[in-house]
Amino acid sequence: MRCRHAGDIIKLTVLSALTLGLAQIPVNALEAVTLRISIKDHRFQPSELKVPANRPITLAVRNLDPTPEEFESRTLRVEKVVAGNSEITIQLRPLSPGRYRFYGDFNEATAQGALIAE
Amino acid sequence: MIGAVIIVFREVIEAGLIVGIVLAATHGVSGRTRWIGLGIGGGIGGAALLAAFAGTVSDAIGGAGQELFNASVLGIAVVMLAWHNIWMARHGREMASHARAVGQAITSGTKPLSALAFVAGIAVLREGSEIVLFLYGLMLSSGSPGSSLLAGGVIGLVLGCGLSVVTYLGLLTIPPRYLFGVTSALITFLAAGMAAQCVYYLEQANIVTILSARLWNTSEILSEKSVMGRVLHTLVGYSDQPTAMQGLAYIFTLAAIFVLGKILSSPSPSCPPPVPESHRHRLVNE
Repeated sequence: MRCRHAGDIIKLTVLSALTLGLAQIPVNALEAVTLRISIKDHRFQPSELKVPANRPITLAVRNLDPTPEEFESRTLRVEKVVAGNSEITIQLRPLSPGRYRFYGDFNEATAQGALIAE
Repeated sequence: MIGAVIIVFREVIEAGLIVGIVLAATHGVSGRTRWIGLGIGGGIGGAALLAAFAGTVSDAIGGAGQELFNASVLGIAVVMLAWHNIWMARHGREMASHARAVGQAITSGTKPLSALAFVAGIAVLREGSEIVLFLYGLMLSSGSPGSSLLAGGVIGLVLGCGLSVVTYLGLLTIPPRYLFGVTSALITFLAAGMAAQCVYYLEQANIVTILSARLWNTSEILSEKSVMGRVLHTLVGYSDQPTAMQGLAYIFTLAAIFVLGKILSSPSPSCPPPVPESHRHRLVNE
């Protein structure tokens, strides 16, 4: 009987985990601002970008190089691969005012940039 | 060249440690070389495929393909690790009393072995695809600096394999009767850290948005991207600025594995463990 009981606990755990997951579908009240940057010769263009604070942001990163890059930022909490000659979009949550550094993980020496939220 | 060594080695740390732990956890199990080899081989193949289709994966599911892919494989790995530990908690005791038959007994349940092989494969897949992309980028940039960078990348890879071996041999210095407990604990923390990382990708994809407050920020003291940070990130799930939701996922996973392991490790006579009759006889006879 004990095993039966344990089975029920597993089921309950899985169910509650699923419900918890479903309850988190996002609702963004404010419309996102779309901004674009590109990567050329392992550098970001523009390398500094002013963005509105406290609004969700859609950041489109286009890689004009044939080589892949990884767009990464600790403060923005993003790690995303951008294949050569292609584009990715990143959804950022509303930022409090400040400077948010980002970089290209595969070419960190040159690929440096920052978002300035104000 | 040193730069390339460091970049590749940094990426390979996580997979290297996980493979080392998996090897130690399956020490003495017959057939494990084949299983884990299969897992790693599959991971390398998958990594190459994933790298080749990086653009396609990115564009999938409204541009959140990469995040959802990472979150999914991490989620699967958590379930596999949890299941392995719970299975071992259930059958570990009976096998421990027949120490010499342990190998055979686990072979009779190749399932937990396949789970660990899968986890090794997933670790190689996730880290490997980035390494493939990085090395591919190096190859595209022509000229002699390119090839010396490439050599650096290969050295980084070899160092990563070395880390697996060191982890494995290091764990084997633990007396056999404690080894099982140590690898079980390592696997539990590995699972909890992966659950938190899974939440990280769901947050990046904007799917999980609640409980997003940062619990702490220790990036100045120990960056998660440093070598030490990465080692701790893999082993105990260290994060330099985790969200409350990540913390919750971490604690929930630790608790779930621990509690389920405890509940299921005491089979009562009314409900015998699902070991086939033939194998049980063999165990007793030996």
